[in-house]
Amino acid sequence: MAIKIALPKGRLLRRTAARLQKAGWGLDEYHSRIGFYRPKSEKFPEVLIRVFHEKDIPIQIAMGNYDLGICGSDWVEELMAKYPSSGLVRVRGLDYGEGTLFMASASEGQRNGDLVRIASEYPNLAESFALKQRLSRFSVFPVWGAAEAYPPENADMVLLPARTGSELSDYGMTAVSRVLDFSAFLVANRSSWESKDLDKIVTSICDTLAEVERKTDSGEAVEPVAVKKSYGRIKITDGTVRLALPDGHQQPPTVNVLNRAGIEIVDYPSETGNRRPRIKLDGVAVKVIRPQDMPLQVANGNFDLAVTGRDWLTEHLYQFPSSPVRELLDLEFSKVRLVAVVHRDMAVEDTGGLREYIAARPEPFRVASEYVNIADKYARDNHLGHYRVIPTWGATEAFLPEDADLLIENTETGRTIARHSLKIIDTLFVSTACLIGNAGAIADPAKGKRIAAIVNKFKAGVEA
Amino acid sequence: MKVQRCKGMRDMLPAEMDVFRPVEGICRDCCTGWGYREVRTPTIEYLYLFTSAGTLTPGRLGKVYSFLDWDGWSGERVVLRPDGTIPVARLYTESLPGRGPVRLFYAANIFIFEEAGEKTRERWQCGAELIGAGSAVADAELVALSLEVLKKLGLKGVELRLSHAGLIKALLVKLGLSHEEQDRLFDRILDGDAAALAGAGGKSAEVGNALKPLLGFKGKSAGFLRNQRALLVQDVPEIGPHIDDFLKTVALLDDLGCKYKIDIASGAGFEYYTGMIFQLFIGGEKVGGGGRYDALIPAMGGGDVPASGFALYIDRLMEMVKAEDIAPAVPERVTVKIKSGGAVKEAFRAAEGLRRAGYIAELDLNGEKAASRWTLEVGGETPYILSDSLKSRRFEVKTIGEVLKRLEGEGGDKDSPA
Repeated sequence: MAIKIALPKGRLLRRTAARLQKAGWGLDEYHSRIGFYRPKSEKFPEVLIRVFHEKDIPIQIAMGNYDLGICGSDWVEELMAKYPSSGLVRVRGLDYGEGTLFMASASEGQRNGDLVRIASEYPNLAESFALKQRLSRFSVFPVWGAAEAYPPENADMVLLPARTGSELSDYGMTAVSRVLDFSAFLVANRSSWESKDLDKIVTSICDTLAEVERKTDSGEAVEPVAVKKSYGRIKITDGTVRLALPDGHQQPPTVNVLNRAGIEIVDYPSETGNRRPRIKLDGVAVKVIRPQDMPLQVANGNFDLAVTGRDWLTEHLYQFPSSPVRELLDLEFSKVRLVAVVHRDMAVEDTGGLREYIAARPEPFRVASEYVNIADKYARDNHLGHYRVIPTWGATEAFLPEDADLLIENTETGRTIARHSLKIIDTLFVSTACLIGNAGAIADPAKGKRIAAIVNKFKAGVEA
Repeated sequence: MKVQRCKGMRDMLPAEMDVFRPVEGICRDCCTGWGYREVRTPTIEYLYLFTSAGTLTPGRLGKVYSFLDWDGWSGERVVLRPDGTIPVARLYTESLPGRGPVRLFYAANIFIFEEAGEKTRERWQCGAELIGAGSAVADAELVALSLEVLKKLGLKGVELRLSHAGLIKALLVKLGLSHEEQDRLFDRILDGDAAALAGAGGKSAEVGNALKPLLGFKGKSAGFLRNQRALLVQDVPEIGPHIDDFLKTVALLDDLGCKYKIDIASGAGFEYYTGMIFQLFIGGEKVGGGGRYDALIPAMGGGDVPASGFALYIDRLMEMVKAEDIAPAVPERVTVKIKSGGAVKEAFRAAEGLRRAGYIAELDLNGEKAASRWTLEVGGETPYILSDSLKSRRFEVKTIGEVLKRLEGEGGDKDSPA
């Protein structure tokens, strides 16, 4: 059986590509930023190579979809923290992509017994840290990104990667504990490691290591660094309305709506990475975070209002039906469809056909999606029998047909889907950007009127 | 698609339930006899109940089933009950605060993740909690009650091992370790790592002197403990009060004629113990244990209320008991055959009459040969035909009353074992 390898996109792509180039792999397209995720190697023509988001790789290896993979060991440990019996072997640390996960704090005088809020892209490692430290009461908020933006107002601690403890002081935080030193890592599936001939490939990757002198561990101890606040805290009083605005490609259309609504905002989008732009609205404080994280952050009261997508609101409400988050206004931009997608070669045209297809096969049906709860509900509502939902962090098209049978994806034009030889068999709903709010905040006498006024301004902006 | 039960989970088939219910019943009868009243707590609790220091050890916390439920948007995690005592302490604090002493018992399943999934991850236990009494008599009551249950289950060769959490903690303080190291060592001992204490003793000479006899401490009487006290208190005066506390309980157990073994370095996996710890073994296998947990209810905000309790592991007891020792008498079984379509009503009525008289009346649905000794045919040419497969006899009778008379007269004793 052909050997299958998962390579990372994103942060580790450039150095991994350089390393494999040096090892003479002759990869045809593992340098492109966009495009296909199926490179071929001249040196190992029989090897099947796929490119994934780094975070997906440990899961793909543990599931046995791939024999070997390269990804940051931080994501390996994040998986193993929750699933210690995963079928994953840590083969060898590679000498690039280094970093350290720090638990950092921004609040003074946390007493044991108080609720400790921890924000992190690494919820499993954060939870095991909290259990080990015997924090009696804590909440871990998984975030998709921008963890550093949360403290001190919206989190007491953050588990996040940094090069040094002092780097954290730029965010006004102090390192509490050095949780994990990580680097790029070669990992293997346990049963592949026991039964397949992976030696040539492993040797070719590890040989490139010998040429570079292994850096000795600097053994840098955690030095609590002085709190330096380069971005001042937001002044918040009881009546302050806290608004979350999106980072990334949602920024230009958001600015557009704000302009049309006559709301002035300074330093958004920010060239310096400032996540606390100033808005010229009385009694309103703004923070910039990931749209994916907004519904949860509005639900738990960290924010009163947020600009996000209906897709992420729906994802949140499917997981937590009792959530106090409401859609207040359709902002009408960033229109996408959420669709069910299969490979073009699958003889299925609709959900009825899908059910028949699944009933006829013995193994569980695999649904891959960034929207885990929407995908789960779709599978439940359509009686897809014995199914498994595989969570992904983007580049989901690469999963079909080998590593998943169905995708729940968003699409603007459908072109990307067609380019990957996939086809749409169902549309779940249409998503646009929307303004969401916390029901408790809306009913709050101190904030309600101010929120209503902001919603009206946004409404005027949409209609302008 | 092949259906199967979830990895690490267990089905209990009829033959197993035939053992489970009597074991549970004996636990219940004994507890009731001592004045304990049954409670039932939910399967799901908040995780934070179990994460505070002084509850579960990190070793056990690493094996709980915790997750975000439908209300989890607040970040509050919930857990499948990983322990029986903490929920009962929570119930007391929430619904019966300030009352005492309160005697409560439960039979419940707890969930502990086992990596390989070979052992069952859902375990059943029966436990008793005595809340609001801090005396040695209370400790002795729990030991005696747990031993009574094992005796009524017909189990022999029960070994009672005693230790004392206060004593272990006082020793750890003397080891010159940081607070964190002490906690970690205490957890290791409680997680059953007997070598932990021995390894730590090397650091301080005076404690080393105290530890050696204490670790080798496998005495079987209060007198032994009293003599050891004289030696130990010289080296480590702080442990005096703990030994005295331990002595009171041990002396009582002597009076009651309980046989035990003192083994300080044996723990029990729960950080909440503060005083005497006891463990029950049969043939080297642990079947239950308990102890005093005076700090748990105060930590929950339930006031300064002492408490102690124990749990017996039903799954293990089920493997050890002889079913015939404990199975209650099963009523005689009669198969009721319906001979014609028009006789259904009559057959149901006859079956009802049999059940009312204390028999098991099982309708024959597929015309196969009955597995029971007795068969009653209804709706043939004669109103009722009762046959006895044991003695190969047939009785033609007219009324259900005569059927019952025949059954009684012919040895169909409804109280004989099945």
